[in-house]
Amino acid sequence: MFRKSLVFGLALGVSMASGAAAFAQESLSIVFVGKNTGNPYFDSLVQGFEDACDVLGCEFEFVAPATAEATSQIPFITAQIQRRVDVIAISPNSPDALNQVLDRARQRGILVLSVNGDITGSEEFRDAAILPTDFEKVGSDQVEMLGSLINYEGEIAILSATTEAPDQNKWIVGMNEALENNPKYAKMTLVATVYGDDQPEKSTTEAEALLSTYPNLRGIISPTTVGIAASAQVVQSANKADQVKVTGLGTPNQMRPFIKDGTVEAFQLWSPYNEGWLASYFAVGLKAGTIVNEVGATFEVPNLGTITINELNSINTQAGLTTFNADNIDDFNF
Amino acid sequence: MSGAEDATTRTPPAADAATPRPRWQVILVRPETVTFLFLIVATIGASWLSPFFADVRYILESFTFYFEFAIVALILTMVIISGEIDLSAASMMALSASLFGVAYQAGLGIPGAMAVSLLSGVLMGAFNGFLVINMKLPSIIVTIGTLTLFRGLAQVIAGDKSIGKFPAWFIGIDYRFVFDVPIPVIVFLIVSLILGIFLGTSAIGRQIYQIGTSPIAARHAGIRVNRIKYGLFIAMGLVSSIAGLLAASRLASVRYDLATGGELQMVLIVMLGGTYIFGGRGTILGTFLAAWLLVVIATGMTVANIPINAQLTVLGLLLIVSIIATNAIHVRTQR
Amino acid sequence: MNRITGVIGALLRRRAAGIAVMLLIFSLVVGLIQPRFLTPDTLRIVMLAIPLIMVAAMGQMMVLVSRHVDLSMGSMLGFTAIVAGMVFRDFPDVPWWVGFIVAISTGAVLGLFNGLVVTIFKLPSIIVTLGTLSLFRGVLFLISDARQVDPQFIPSALIQMSQTSPVFGIPGIVLIAFGVAFLTYLFLDHTRLGRQIYAIGSNPAAAPLRGIRVVPVTLLVFTLSGALSGLAGIMYASRFGYVNPSITGVGFEFTVIAAVVIGGASINGGVGTVLGTVLGVILLGTVSVALPILAVSAFWQDAIFGAVIVIALLIDRSVRERGARSVVAGHRP
Repeated sequence: MFRKSLVFGLALGVSMASGAAAFAQESLSIVFVGKNTGNPYFDSLVQGFEDACDVLGCEFEFVAPATAEATSQIPFITAQIQRRVDVIAISPNSPDALNQVLDRARQRGILVLSVNGDITGSEEFRDAAILPTDFEKVGSDQVEMLGSLINYEGEIAILSATTEAPDQNKWIVGMNEALENNPKYAKMTLVATVYGDDQPEKSTTEAEALLSTYPNLRGIISPTTVGIAASAQVVQSANKADQVKVTGLGTPNQMRPFIKDGTVEAFQLWSPYNEGWLASYFAVGLKAGTIVNEVGATFEVPNLGTITINELNSINTQAGLTTFNADNIDDFNF
Repeated sequence: MSGAEDATTRTPPAADAATPRPRWQVILVRPETVTFLFLIVATIGASWLSPFFADVRYILESFTFYFEFAIVALILTMVIISGEIDLSAASMMALSASLFGVAYQAGLGIPGAMAVSLLSGVLMGAFNGFLVINMKLPSIIVTIGTLTLFRGLAQVIAGDKSIGKFPAWFIGIDYRFVFDVPIPVIVFLIVSLILGIFLGTSAIGRQIYQIGTSPIAARHAGIRVNRIKYGLFIAMGLVSSIAGLLAASRLASVRYDLATGGELQMVLIVMLGGTYIFGGRGTILGTFLAAWLLVVIATGMTVANIPINAQLTVLGLLLIVSIIATNAIHVRTQR
Repeated sequence: MNRITGVIGALLRRRAAGIAVMLLIFSLVVGLIQPRFLTPDTLRIVMLAIPLIMVAAMGQMMVLVSRHVDLSMGSMLGFTAIVAGMVFRDFPDVPWWVGFIVAISTGAVLGLFNGLVVTIFKLPSIIVTLGTLSLFRGVLFLISDARQVDPQFIPSALIQMSQTSPVFGIPGIVLIAFGVAFLTYLFLDHTRLGRQIYAIGSNPAAAPLRGIRVVPVTLLVFTLSGALSGLAGIMYASRFGYVNPSITGVGFEFTVIAAVVIGGASINGGVGTVLGTVLGVILLGTVSVALPILAVSAFWQDAIFGAVIVIALLIDRSVRERGARSVVAGHRP
């Protein structure tokens, strides 16, 4: 029984192989592989891709696995290689687990762009990275933001994502450097850096523990969307909005109620929309030969102006962070 | 945990079972036949969904993504036939792979780190076996506990960072070929063949079925039930750590969240293959076919860019429908 | 028979006392290391951390008592929370309490579905609910189009319930949690139906002989489990202020099972008390709050919860061995 079906299976497989036909494609096809589905942050990014492709006439599709686990994107990338797409844009879930499969994609002439996050340390496995802003400056910008809210004085804490989150850790290093080196922040003391694993439950408990452990706490910086929402919620519940200022990186839709009721005065982020917009223009330009993917090269993108390719072929969509507060939050919907 | 009693009460009276059936009917209502038919239908369906699906190279390559679960499912089939279950295998994969990564980083070298990983697999399997056999606890709840425990320990040991930088010869087993077939596929074929022959023809294989059908009768018949069950749990641990190592080679890195939720897919493969959830019946052939069925379904949907939302729904439905179907077949065809 | 139940009762009372002692010792040890732990503030944090687990644990406890298990709770929580959230988003005028009705009734339907599959096809609940764990999550993605319900759509009256209430300012969700626990106690200990759940779990084969209709009672237990998961779902929206389809409720079932098993409910059915479960929930809540205060990495939490399940199983077994061996039959034929 076993052997018979094995033979049959092989016969079936061979007969199917001839069925694979190459599909000629007219327009450039771009696929964006998100971190995971249900992540509201990416809705706006995808919109940027879609709008740009409407203008440029490229075909765009968005796919994402159910979880942000390191390996979950691999079948999706392989499927896109099989579909013979021209460009794979990806927000990588792992800095190194995707190396093999990205390598295979590039061997087949697919342009691989890391969008919204980089595969730090494995840069040779992608063609370019499109990052929202200069990550070196995020940390000091955030310290300045919180400082301005608390008159540059008092105990502060950081509530981050996971202990190994590469972007957040880079920003935290920047925060620590700013606090140590800039005399402007001499009276601000960082009392704790805690991690909520980007889970609402853990982030909330960590934020509550901060308020309880440090009764003189003046401010919390949370450079992650789940963390800043949890911190705001905790401060609002404890009725301590006057005493403890919350800021960090969040999306306007997530933070709107806290801005409206005054729990949070201001927070920052960048435009995910522009990342998708820029990535599409960059990809189409590269494939058409109008853009050269070399460090130092420049190109024009409508609405964004002149863009420069920085070291390690990374591209920033904007120079600094955008600040959201009661005056401008209703201009944004993402 | 429950329902085992119900199943025995549902067993049709002996007289009914004694009625001889035509041979074609016996073959046709075998669960493996159903799995095989599903496989054909799914293959046709997937080819219809996407013109890019029907490509043997691609299907074989995609198989390597599910290969680790498939090979664990082979042993899990035997565990379930013996009347037990092990839901902790995906967590054992993660913990043993994390230990491998940490040991390698500590300078043990690949062979030493592999030994650590395999040993940890054996120990974890033995721990499950100890709780189930010596402590007489139900395997279903024990392995839910160890599922959480092993995954948690992996997190403690490896943090949430990715451990990699393994030597080049170790990585990329899924991209080495023998006659154009990826090595994992060949390994799966050979292991399936060996286990199929072992379970189908050896004395211990027959004893595993007897234990699952009636542990008390098996004991009276002089079968060393505990020893065999211990062996099965340890085999689970060992195969999980092997699967963890294969995943480490494929991904060139390990992280604590490796194979998260994999227990669902492993159980799904075994159930799709027609193994009876209450033990005593099931075949390696069924599991072998079911592994390909899962690959065809998952890959077919992914390459057709069907959103993951729909994929989760299909897999959940499939699990429930396949248990209901095999249950119905087994109750009808009580030997 | 009376003597035997007396012995079990004594053991169970001791179990509850045992958890209480553990809780006390744990709190004192943590307090010694970090004195700030022993303040009313901590009590407030613990009380806010447990309500969701508490209501779900009442459902899971009843399921375990009836000799089943429900692994789909986390997905039911996510499902009901997103449905309630979508109602608030798409019909901004509905009052906050409609969310409760929507979530609880949606949960009840999901739970009933579990129960029907388990009873009609006579399948093990663990495999069925493992399947619905994935199925419910998939359907919730489909109906929500994988989109989060943002905080601006959650009524502020609902958020308020996690912050205060007219009763001494104790947050409303805490009151609900203890209220549900008390009602569960009344139901299990003081109604015939409640006693029947224990009878089914202790000996499913004998239950019909005693005039108990096993199928309807089992359906009821699963429906209650779903409804209570739904209650936890709307409480999630209240406590966290938004609902995300891919985060909400993931892994929740393991926390709940850990709490219930620590609380002394036996996986072999027929045994479990509200008091023990409440204490089990509080113990877990205290541990999860103590970790950040002790500055221990949150990574330890899962390992500790897992170890706690295994240890509780071992304690459960030794209680069973010392107690009446004859009462609890083996789980498999």
